[in-house]
Amino acid sequence: MAEVTQELQVQDTEKQEVTSMSEAERTRDKKVYIPRADIYETNEDIYIVADMPGVDENSVEILLEKNVLTINGYVEPNIPENYSLSYAEYEVGDYQRSFTLSNLIDQDNIEATVKNGVLRLRLPKAGPAKARKITVKAA
Amino acid sequence: MYRGMFDRYGARGPWREMERFQREMERLLSNMAEPRLHRPASYPAMNVWTNNEGVVVTAELPGVEPEDIDISVVNDTLTVSGARRPDELKQGEKYHRRERNFGRFTRTFQLPFRVDADKVEAVFDKGVLQISLPRAEADKPRKIAIKAG
Repeated sequence: MAEVTQELQVQDTEKQEVTSMSEAERTRDKKVYIPRADIYETNEDIYIVADMPGVDENSVEILLEKNVLTINGYVEPNIPENYSLSYAEYEVGDYQRSFTLSNLIDQDNIEATVKNGVLRLRLPKAGPAKARKITVKAA
Repeated sequence: MYRGMFDRYGARGPWREMERFQREMERLLSNMAEPRLHRPASYPAMNVWTNNEGVVVTAELPGVEPEDIDISVVNDTLTVSGARRPDELKQGEKYHRRERNFGRFTRTFQLPFRVDADKVEAVFDKGVLQISLPRAEADKPRKIAIKAG
């Protein structure tokens, strides 16, 4: 794998809290963060990759309603027993983010995996959107 | 007596004092509710948990492979370094949105006391690193027995 030379900047990694008031009020008394996400497209699929530290395959929920894909990640804070927090630079909370999908996604075949606190969604493109190679027949 | 008080602070004096007192109380109460967040000196942000026996340091490192994390401890200084690697796109694949950042990182942290480097343990689970650092025996507070004279 190629050597990583670039320096990771702390200001580029700060957690951003959900501030939207349009959402229904939450029943969990906890902060909610917007996970940072990358979206990229290949010939067959669209990938959404989201940073959700503290989340695994059992604590992530993906909902698809009409064309809106919503990711919910529930984090149980891991508090070391008999220790008290003496210095804090980050807070732990749940994650929530929604994406509007185009009609060109094959909504029945979306796949999701979680590894090292990163959620990876594969959204297969529906038939017509795929780049198709048209074979030219001899006349 | 009343007269003296009003003279000193002006007609609204006592109320102003009350308001100041109220603001002060609110400030104290809000500080008690949650510890103030400090700005990290560099990536990653760290939380430090302590008791008399040792210290536990946690950091969120989503997408970092455990084998890419290096941890070293010298006396009371902890160093965590590593790299977060980007996804490598193939020819013809393109990004629509890039919010996740990549690169190397090194964080050096001064612990509240000296630790026993041989007993340091680290766990990496769900993208969260947790390092347990037991306090060095020689550094622990000792109870001094008083001998009868």
